Amino acid sequence: MHVVFVYKTTTMPGTYIPSDYLSVAVIIIFAALIGLGAIAAGLLVRPRRPYARKLMPYESGNPPVGEPRYRFSVKFYIVAMLFVVFDVEAVFLYPWAVAYDKLGIFGFVEMMLFIFILLIGYIYVWKKGAFNWE
Amino acid sequence: MEMETTISLLDIRPIIPELTLICVGLILILLDLIVKKKEIVAVVGIAGTLVALFGTYKLYGFYEPQVAFGGMFVLDGYANFFKLIFFLNIILTICISMKYMKIEKASFGEYYSLLMFSTTGMMIMASAADLIVLYLGLELMALSTYILVGLMRKKPRSNEAAIKYFFLGAFSSAFLLYGISLTYGLTGTTSLSGIAESLNALNIIGSPITYLGLIFMIVAFGFKIALVPFHMWAPDVYEGAPTSITAFMSVGPKAAGFAVLGRVLFDAFPAMQGQWASILIPMAVLTMAAGSIIALAQTNIKRMLAYSSIAHAGYMLLGIIAGTHEGLTSMVNYLMIYLFMNIGAFAIVIMLRREGFQGEDLEDYMGLSKSHPLASFLMLIFMFSLAGIPPTAGFIGKFYVFMEVINAGYVYLAIIAVVFSVISAFFYLRIVMYMYMKDPKQEVTLTTSPTMSIALAITAMMILIFGIFPSILLNLVRYSILG
Repeated sequence: MHVVFVYKTTTMPGTYIPSDYLSVAVIIIFAALIGLGAIAAGLLVRPRRPYARKLMPYESGNPPVGEPRYRFSVKFYIVAMLFVVFDVEAVFLYPWAVAYDKLGIFGFVEMMLFIFILLIGYIYVWKKGAFNWE
Repeated sequence: MEMETTISLLDIRPIIPELTLICVGLILILLDLIVKKKEIVAVVGIAGTLVALFGTYKLYGFYEPQVAFGGMFVLDGYANFFKLIFFLNIILTICISMKYMKIEKASFGEYYSLLMFSTTGMMIMASAADLIVLYLGLELMALSTYILVGLMRKKPRSNEAAIKYFFLGAFSSAFLLYGISLTYGLTGTTSLSGIAESLNALNIIGSPITYLGLIFMIVAFGFKIALVPFHMWAPDVYEGAPTSITAFMSVGPKAAGFAVLGRVLFDAFPAMQGQWASILIPMAVLTMAAGSIIALAQTNIKRMLAYSSIAHAGYMLLGIIAGTHEGLTSMVNYLMIYLFMNIGAFAIVIMLRREGFQGEDLEDYMGLSKSHPLASFLMLIFMFSLAGIPPTAGFIGKFYVFMEVINAGYVYLAIIAVVFSVISAFFYLRIVMYMYMKDPKQEVTLTTSPTMSIALAITAMMILIFGIFPSILLNLVRYSILG
C-alpha cells in the first residue's frame, strides 16, 4: 500500500478525518482534470469541418446497408455454447497441469475420465451435425 | 496450505450406483446415434438402471454408514432408501413414457439419458453430507429436468413451462447458495456434522444470522418440494411438461428435496429444532390448505394432480416437523407410497392421450367404466389411495405420519391435516364419480403398450399390498432409518 500524501493534522478528539483516503481523492481530482483538459485542448486546437460522411459508422469503410438488427442463424448460438464447454475444459486442464506432480496417477486418471466424458459429448454433437454449417 | 489428497480407490465403492447410472446415460447418448428405434434405447436404459439398482442392493447390507471423499459423501440406510425410490421412479417413468413420447413427437434418445443424469443428481443429493456436494447434486438434477420439461419443442406450453421452471429454479439455487454462504461464514465449514458441532462450540445456535441462513436454505428446498408459498411454478410446469415428465418430477425432485431437507435439518441444525419447526408448521398448514382447496376448482387433470401433489408435500412435511427419527421414517414411508399412487394416476392420464386427442379434461373421464372397466378400476384404486381411503396404501401413509405428529405433541396439526384430507377427498372422488356414474360424452380409446401394462400392474399391486400388509414396507423403512 502506497500512501502518497500523509498530512498529520491535529484534530479534536472524537472527530475523524479519513486522511488515509486523501491520496485517493487527489488521484480522482487529477484524473478528472486530465480528462477534461484533454477534451478542452482538443476543442481549442482541432479544425472543425463537419460533413455527412463523417457521421457514418465507418468513415472510410463500406457504406452501411440496411438495418443492423437482422435475423441471423441460430447456429451461432450452438457454436458459442460449445465453445464455452470446451473453453471450461481448457480452464480445468491448467490447474491440473500445474499441480500434476502432487496429484500423481490419481489426478491423471481423473482427468482422463473427465476428458473422456467430454469426448462422448463431442462425438454426440458431431454426429448430430452441430458442426455442419450448411 | 498443503492439501492432502485423501481420495482413495476405496471411496469409489459407495458411489458405484451413481457411476453406473452416469455410464448408462453416456452409453444411451452414443446408442441414440446408432439405432433408429428409440424403444431399444429405452430398454437398454431400464436394463442399466436395474444394474445400478443391484449395486444399491449390494450396498444395502452395511449396517454402519459408509463415508467417502473425506466425509462429503455418506451412504447410510436413509440415502439407500431414497435411492430405491429414485430407481423405482425412473424405471416406472420409462415404462409409461415409451409410447407416449412417440405420440407427442418428442421421442428422442436424449430423453432417456437425461432421465439417468437427473436421477444421478437426486442420488447425490440423498447421499450428500456436505453442502457443496448437495448443491452439486441439486444442480445436476435441476438442469436435466429443465430440459426434460421443455422437450416438446414445438409446443409453446412446454416451452413456457421450461422457462418458468428454469427461472424459478435459478432463483431457488441463488437462495440456497446465499444460505450456504451465510452458514459457512458463521461456522467455517460446509460439512453438515461440522456445522452442528460449530454451532454448539461457538454458541451461536439462536443467533439471527444462523436463523437467516437456515431460512434461506428452507426456502430453496421449499421451491424444489413446492411448499406454499413457493409453489406457484408447480401447476404451470406440471401442466406444460410432457405427462411422463410430470409424473417423474412430481416424485423424483420432490423426494430429493425431502431427502436434503431432512438431512440438513437433522444433521446440521438438530439444536435448532424449535426454530425450524416454527418455520415449517405454518408452511405445512398453508401447503395442505392451498393444495386441497385450489385443486377443487381445477378442470384439467394435470393441474389437479399438481395441486394434489402440493397437498401431499404438506402431509409429508409433518413427518419432518415431528422432529424425531420415527417422524422421518413416516415421511419416507409416505414418499414410497406416494411414488406408486402418483405414477399410477399419471399412467392412466397418459393412456387417455392419443393422436389428436389431449385427454386432460376431467370431462374426458365421464363414463370411462363402461368402455374400459379395468382402466377405470385401476384409476379408482389410485384415486382412493391418493385420498387416503383404506385398504389402499395411501391410508397407511397418512396414518403413520399423523400418528408420529401426534406422538411428537402436535395434536392440532394432525387435526388440521385430517380436515384437509377430507376436503381433498372431494376432487379425487369426483373423478371416480365421473367414471362410474356419468354417461360418456364421447368415445374414448386408450393407448396401451406392454410396458404401460407392466407399470400399471406394479403400481396397483404395490398400493394394495402395502395397504393390506403395511408391515412389509414399514419394516424396510425402519431397518433403513432406525437401523
